[in-house]
Amino acid sequence: MEIVKKGVAGTMQSSDLMVFVEPADSLKVEIESTVIKQFGHLIQAKVDEVLVKNNVTRGFIRLTDRGALDYAIEARIETALQRASAARA
Amino acid sequence: MADSRLRRTLLFVPGNMPSMLQNVPLFKCDSVIIDLEDAVNHAEKDAARNLVRRFLKSWKERNKEVLVRINPLYTKWGHDDLKAILPEMPDAIRFPMCETPEMALELDAELTQYEAANGLKPGHFGILPSIETVKSVLNAYAIATSTKRIFGLAFGAEDYTASMGIARTNSGEDLVHPRMMVVMAAKAAGLQAIDSIFSDINDMEALRRETELVKRFGYTGKCLVNPRQIDVIHEVFAPKQEEIDYALEVVEAIRQAQEMGTGVISLKGKMVDAPIVKRAIHTLRVAYAQGLTDTPVDEEILNG
Repeated sequence: MEIVKKGVAGTMQSSDLMVFVEPADSLKVEIESTVIKQFGHLIQAKVDEVLVKNNVTRGFIRLTDRGALDYAIEARIETALQRASAARA
Repeated sequence: MADSRLRRTLLFVPGNMPSMLQNVPLFKCDSVIIDLEDAVNHAEKDAARNLVRRFLKSWKERNKEVLVRINPLYTKWGHDDLKAILPEMPDAIRFPMCETPEMALELDAELTQYEAANGLKPGHFGILPSIETVKSVLNAYAIATSTKRIFGLAFGAEDYTASMGIARTNSGEDLVHPRMMVVMAAKAAGLQAIDSIFSDINDMEALRRETELVKRFGYTGKCLVNPRQIDVIHEVFAPKQEEIDYALEVVEAIRQAQEMGTGVISLKGKMVDAPIVKRAIHTLRVAYAQGLTDTPVDEEILNG
């Protein structure tokens, strides 16, 4: 999936997260989380998995997490990517 | 699909709110209605659809009936909602603004097509239409009998009062007539009648009064918007001890009747036949669900 413009999804409510994506020449992921110490590695793994699944090889992906579970992380990234993809351009 | 599943409480959960969604397994309601319609902003329909889909995929051990309220099929979201949600196997679709049998049949056709394409049993997905406008109240029986997927009619007071151009009150006298129309249509079609939400979550006494009222009308369940309302509604729908005792006597009497090769018997001077047994079984099912009796109901008793 090609990121061709900025895309945002999610909220700042508890158990949710916000995902910001924008075009970039390489792939860069930045994660900020209220539970980064305990779960940072798991969030990172989930983000990587979703990006691979969606064939994202380039772009700047930024997450602000409020303790979201895996399903929400996956859904919010998906939505941000869909909103930023060529199909929606 | 005139099933007899227990549906006292059907809790609406907003589809775009993870903090509520992930508590769904913990709520003690009989059914949950995950909402993609009114609880979701127009700009967030895509996000809610993705979130609900992912949530349902992740919820492996379902412990209650799952309905998804899609957007009406005449909106630009309705068909996409179905496409996203059906693969995650909800039990039924809560179908808003269903005003005519043709509208129910449109959804029926789409579900039939999906089932055929995916090797599912025809009729796998149920439909719970919302009867929530003046027109849908007037068409309630035609809607109820339009497809076998429909297991109940859900009265929606908020949109109904809006379509009448009146305000909804906590006392409810403005809703007596449509409520009766909906429950009569449901009963005539052999379906369950499910009452509207009660939106004032701070007035538990008014909620109790309204639930008692609709129970007397013949409703067997109610939608709700806040899990705090579950206990009150369950309490109201709970049968009283004397009702349970009588129901047990009825079941025992009909069992004896069947042993004697007849379908009718006298109990304390009153005739007991199939409709009485049906009501007794409903009472015992509700009682068992609420831990008021120890033994599950033997539904076979009805078939002799």
